[in-house]
Amino acid sequence: MDLYEYQAKDVFAAHGVPVLPGRTVDTAAEAERAAQEIGTAVVVKAQVKTGGRGKAGGVKLAKDPAEAKEKAEAILGLDIKGHIVHRVLVTEASDIAEEYYFSFLLDRSNRTFLAMASAEGGMEIEELAVERPEALARVPIDAIAGVDRAKADEIVAKAKLPAEVADEAAQVIVKLWETFVGEDATLVEVNPLVRDPQDRIIALDGKVTLDENAEFRHAEHAELVDERSQNALEAKAKEKGLNYVKLSGGQVGIIGNGAGLVMSTLDVVAYAGEAHGGMKPANFLDIGGGASAEVMAAGLDVILGDDDVRSVFVNVFGGITSCDAVANGIVEALKILGDDAAKPLVVRLDGNNVDEGRRILAEANHPLVTVVDTMDDAAAKAAELAAAGA
Amino acid sequence: MSIFLDENSKVIVQGLTGSEGMKHATKMLASGTKIVGGVNARKAGTTVEITGTNVPVYGGVEEAMKETGADVSVLFVPPKFAKDAAVEAIDAGIGLAVVITEGIPVHDSAWFWAHACANGNRTRIIGPNCPGIISPGKSNAGIIPANIAGPGTMGLVSKSGTLTYQMMYELREIGFSTAIGIGGDPVIGTTHIDALEAFEADPETEAIVMIGEIGGDAEERAADYVKANVTKPVVGYVAGFTAPEGKTMGHAGAIVSGSAGTAQAKKEALEAAGVKVGKTPSETADLARSLVSRG
Repeated sequence: MDLYEYQAKDVFAAHGVPVLPGRTVDTAAEAERAAQEIGTAVVVKAQVKTGGRGKAGGVKLAKDPAEAKEKAEAILGLDIKGHIVHRVLVTEASDIAEEYYFSFLLDRSNRTFLAMASAEGGMEIEELAVERPEALARVPIDAIAGVDRAKADEIVAKAKLPAEVADEAAQVIVKLWETFVGEDATLVEVNPLVRDPQDRIIALDGKVTLDENAEFRHAEHAELVDERSQNALEAKAKEKGLNYVKLSGGQVGIIGNGAGLVMSTLDVVAYAGEAHGGMKPANFLDIGGGASAEVMAAGLDVILGDDDVRSVFVNVFGGITSCDAVANGIVEALKILGDDAAKPLVVRLDGNNVDEGRRILAEANHPLVTVVDTMDDAAAKAAELAAAGA
Repeated sequence: MSIFLDENSKVIVQGLTGSEGMKHATKMLASGTKIVGGVNARKAGTTVEITGTNVPVYGGVEEAMKETGADVSVLFVPPKFAKDAAVEAIDAGIGLAVVITEGIPVHDSAWFWAHACANGNRTRIIGPNCPGIISPGKSNAGIIPANIAGPGTMGLVSKSGTLTYQMMYELREIGFSTAIGIGGDPVIGTTHIDALEAFEADPETEAIVMIGEIGGDAEERAADYVKANVTKPVVGYVAGFTAPEGKTMGHAGAIVSGSAGTAQAKKEALEAAGVKVGKTPSETADLARSLVSRG
């Protein structure tokens, strides 16, 4: 889960990382009041989970409360790379002497963690990494040893941060590591990490990604979920405990078992769709190993509730599950849904007990269900039905 | 021959007494795996009856190894306890630890991987979040259904569980020396490259199928490895061409950020290394069949 900047800064503050005081508000009037309370010039910052806010006009300086109101009005409702701004952060405008870059992240290739730091902050780090790779220090972190003061000093030295701030920067880096580990983050990024005229080090921005697998030890992370930013179908699926992702611009609903097979199903449908008016997959839905009638019904319910969907492709390989159980699940799910099921279903079953599974579907002879033997042919049929349903 | 697991492998199950552990230990036993014990500190000294076989439960991995000569452990331990269980297996120095558990925090996986490295990699780790490894007709350590395909000359290594099953099913008339699901998490033990190296050295394996998916650069690195080191024919498949940037689709590792880790980049890297890449699993299976019949 990605956090908003204001959430990331709350998390930073809880771990002793210095941030500037600020208020998050949802209206321009509140932005004006927040600026009054802060009592200095402020920066009004769009809260969206994407980069490039500044370039998109989502970050504005305001010298007084009236201007803060005006800027907030302009920013609220902006569409930044598909993210609508519902909330802004009003924060003290700081005097900046220098800008640095800092992050801790997971280094998949080396199966450990990595610190990246640079004395040249503020710019897009991807650009810096390409244009001046020597300016970006990369320091591997042992997962067990972690980052102590000595390691932080090493990072500061490699990043060539100025001597005047070396001590404080190292202290902040240790606290950022405590944030990274303590919150089970896979990314903690500060861009820019700034030096103010008094040589203090402040996290002026913050990007934090939390590991959802670690939710069992972070009950408090549940509060960070923002329902407003969730797609309605995704929220409904989550409520039912389904592993679902809505894809924009698709017409073929997908249900399958196993993440890899479902991803593969999306691809195969997209290929098949090329011959059928450019039909595309409308979602990812992995019903896992079980594929019981209840799970199948819940999955179909979500997918059939998607107005974009014109046909549904159920693609199951019976590995641990047997195909007869899946077939029964489909038949029962259609009974549970009754008249709510009104879109054609293409079903492909293979693997464990496949003959019995196909027999059950043939015997039920549901008018909406077409059984196709292979994944490729079934994808083509689903795309064809979606195109016909336009 | 086969790789990492054979008819002599003696397997213990950490988490044997849990429902998943029991369910799959039963299946492993039925497919001929030598299950020699289970581990559960609270039930040490007891035995568990699995379809007529009495399987002893030990207090720890080290004790189980001493008593039974076990050299493989399969972990069905809930995410909360998986790190400690893996560390225990590593400390005991068991040869192979297959971590089936899904949903382990990445800080925990990174920790036990670092621990395995610090111990000189005496323990090969497969997974986490994987279906395990099967050498058909010999031994089965994990949850891959043994009835999909029998022994044969194909080697298979895959990030995805269900695509492992699908590919084994498609190529069941050829059969497999060994099939390994290495798992879809961001931090895993055994990699595509480890499996490729072992399959290349295995006289029973004629051709290799490798299945990847979006995220990371494991496939690109495997492509370089194939080009430099693998003489056997390799076919590939990559899932996730239609996956949107920045979204997690089931596998925590299957997430694309920026241009890195896309399915297209992986396909191109593999093709540049001389690996034929199928557009669909079925087409990939056709490519694999053509390679074996020619050889």
